[in-house]
Amino acid sequence: MKWFWCVFFAFWPLVAIVVCAIAPSVGWWLPGEAASPLGHRIDDLFYLILIITTISFVGTQLGLAYVLFTGARRTDPDVTEKTWFSHGSHELEVIWSTVPALVLLFIALYQLNVWAEYRVKEAFPKQQMEAVLTRLRQKRTVNDSVALAEVTARQFEWRIRYPGFDAEGNLLPLMQDPQPTDLYAVNDLHLPANAPVMINLKTEDVQHSFFLPELRVKQDAVPGLVIPIWFEAEHERDYALLCAELCGWGHYKMKARFVAESDAGFLNYLRVLHSQQNYDGVHQKVDDEEE
Amino acid sequence: MSSIAITHDAGAHSHHPEGEIDRLALLKQVYKFSTDHKVIGIQFLLLNLVMLLVGGALALGVRWQLAFPWEQVPLFGGLIAKNISMGGQISPEFYTMLFTMHASIMIWMVIIPVLAGAFGNFLIPLMIGAGDMAFPLLNALSFWFMIPTAFFFAMALGLGGELSGIRGGMNGGSAQGWTSYPVLAALKQASPGSEGGQFWWLMAVNCVGVSSMMGSVNYMTTIINMRAPGMTLFRMPLTIWSMFITAILQAFALPVLTATGFMLMMDNVLGTCFFVPSGLVVNNAEPTLGGGQSLLWQHLFWFYSHPAVYIMVLPAMGMVSDMLSCNCRRPIFGYKPMVYSLAAIAGLGFIVWGHHMFISGMNPALGMTFMVSTIMIALPSAVKVFNWIGTIWGGRPEFNCIFLNCVAFVSLFIVGGLSGIFMAAVPVDIYIHDTYFIVAHFHYVLFGATLFCVFGGIHFWFPKMFGRLMNETWGKIHFFLTFIGFNGTFFPMHLLGIAGMPRRYADPYLHPYLEHLLPLNQFMTVCAIIMGFAQFILIGNILWSCLYGKIAGRNPWRANGLEWSAPSPPGHGNFDIPPIVYRGPYEYSDPDHESDFWPQWEPPVPRDKPQDAPQVLPAH
Repeated sequence: MKWFWCVFFAFWPLVAIVVCAIAPSVGWWLPGEAASPLGHRIDDLFYLILIITTISFVGTQLGLAYVLFTGARRTDPDVTEKTWFSHGSHELEVIWSTVPALVLLFIALYQLNVWAEYRVKEAFPKQQMEAVLTRLRQKRTVNDSVALAEVTARQFEWRIRYPGFDAEGNLLPLMQDPQPTDLYAVNDLHLPANAPVMINLKTEDVQHSFFLPELRVKQDAVPGLVIPIWFEAEHERDYALLCAELCGWGHYKMKARFVAESDAGFLNYLRVLHSQQNYDGVHQKVDDEEE
Repeated sequence: MSSIAITHDAGAHSHHPEGEIDRLALLKQVYKFSTDHKVIGIQFLLLNLVMLLVGGALALGVRWQLAFPWEQVPLFGGLIAKNISMGGQISPEFYTMLFTMHASIMIWMVIIPVLAGAFGNFLIPLMIGAGDMAFPLLNALSFWFMIPTAFFFAMALGLGGELSGIRGGMNGGSAQGWTSYPVLAALKQASPGSEGGQFWWLMAVNCVGVSSMMGSVNYMTTIINMRAPGMTLFRMPLTIWSMFITAILQAFALPVLTATGFMLMMDNVLGTCFFVPSGLVVNNAEPTLGGGQSLLWQHLFWFYSHPAVYIMVLPAMGMVSDMLSCNCRRPIFGYKPMVYSLAAIAGLGFIVWGHHMFISGMNPALGMTFMVSTIMIALPSAVKVFNWIGTIWGGRPEFNCIFLNCVAFVSLFIVGGLSGIFMAAVPVDIYIHDTYFIVAHFHYVLFGATLFCVFGGIHFWFPKMFGRLMNETWGKIHFFLTFIGFNGTFFPMHLLGIAGMPRRYADPYLHPYLEHLLPLNQFMTVCAIIMGFAQFILIGNILWSCLYGKIAGRNPWRANGLEWSAPSPPGHGNFDIPPIVYRGPYEYSDPDHESDFWPQWEPPVPRDKPQDAPQVLPAH
């Protein structure tokens, strides 16, 4: 029976490795390649840690299997080998403290840059974000926010506020407080693709979390705080947007979509919103309306 | 001793010869207000086993919904249809209540008390050679505070009906997650569970906090003051070291939780604003007033709850060390590194709480320091794993249930430790935070490590509790099914997390990118059901062995610890021969000694030497 258990403990790590190896091919893996530059770097860090931990996992499980097999052999009736009477080894302790310490320290320090770029405000790609606003011909001063939308979470939906247009049809900057010209949408976030864009994240009631799995973006929306986050979608397509922080019984159904589109497409979307929201009930063709 | 007269039935038996011992003496006192630490330990153990089944049943409800969303629940469908939701399926409110109460009950009624309460109580005086705890009455109170806790948790489940202030029965049970983040938990309007359920939940958590605190003070005092002659600090078994360090952790962390729990209760009941900022409109209620900060709760809660996750695993580490050493018939590898790494985990455990809050909106610079400290806490854990493998290395392991459960502990703790590195790294945590990856990680630590250790510990110390051995065959069947079921349930959770499936979703398949994960979830639920029902084998084995198990002597495992010098079960006062400690607890297979074990209490001079030979404590 002891041999069965030796094999048992050696076998399950093998199954685990095999399952992980086939997982990507059956869809039990990351939801597609990351769709943002920062997402790529997060994935790279993920794979780096995966490699290090897989080596450690295989190494320790092999070690465990080895000591189990040799231990089981020592209990065979015909074996005269004595039990190893030892209280430990100072050298081994030093080795297996320092080597993991160095590896762990490396992992920790290697991550810092990506985190700083993602979250520390001074490291935000401000110039690139301003370039997007210039391309959209936003009428702005240097003091205006670079955010393109304000996303407000509430039970159980996402409310989005975009800046509107002035009388000449120029895009206005997003103000901290709602303006009469602002445009609104629910569960449908449109932003330009292929450039870093920033949103302000708020919540109207309890805590929520803004989660774009394909872009590897997540940020809690905290009551009382306005949190700026930026991201860059690499492809012009729809992405999933969902809530990642328990916000009540309907937490699971805070389903929305994030549409990354071209600059022109984004402006067009805002114009459609503008015409819909300014629709006065009189049936006449609005110049900009296409749909 | 206290001035209250309390009967100790077991005491009457301690002077009888072993053959006449009432082996169920301890069990027969469980309904009494006993101040005997052994009875209290068994009271804890029984309560925890019952609660394990309750928590497990709640978990199976969660698993059912994830595998067969909105389908009628088997067995309980009729009951649910009558009381909770029409059609007998799990409503979203009920689902949120299920995972909230599963976590709360498993953490506060099973994992923490089974280690510190059950094993800590039973083992500390026995292992250090004391007659009882330093404060027996306080000890008894620490158990009896668990009874109102259980009652409050039952109310939080929504079992109290309208009288308890909960509308909608179990649909209105506490449903804010075990972390109970405000504002969801602070404002009654925020969700059905925040009305009455949240109040009862907070009552329960504060009550269990009082219980833990009384235990913690008692363990520290007992371990510092009541060790037998010769039991120096570095002759203490690692179980005692881990219990000691855990008690310190509890003493420092718990007051924060208790204080913050009362603050949240005031927000919830009296309308104060510790955690509620102004101007929130929740469910069309009037805007909130006051200028609180909901992140404050997260800081205070995790300042307790991160040390608490070590409270949930450190004693297990100590117990596994003792069991492995005994079952491999060789000294623990690196005793002092084991002690220092326990202390390092406890110390670092106080400066890592922010890793639960990387994406919470706290200052991102804090995230960096918390990442470094969190990743470094993997180091002492790694040292411990290497030392456990080193302990088996060169030993003569006996493949009994104890050893199997301990090896499972080591094998599964490795996974839990390594998956922790992913979430300690902030950029990676951005993606996997609040996904099933986290769920996989802590189940590997709390179930894979701690509960397997508890299963091993039950087999190991059962003869000391009830004077009989547990059945090996059924023990192995239980182990086999639990291990398979465990890995089948929790290993795929890593993959779900990597695929981006968020936690706490009543119906993840609403989101197209998660639809294809349904078959995997169904497989996991089948494994969970197997694992759940396997626990009845354990319960049955315990009950059967209490009555019909093979009779064990004082020291069935030929172990070195002082507890094995006492009768099985020990009478009141524990030791018929006052123990004196001559050596450390891990002197197995010493080539200079004829037997392969050398108990701590055995004098270096053989007993048949002349009585006037001076009994000198050996210089260690």
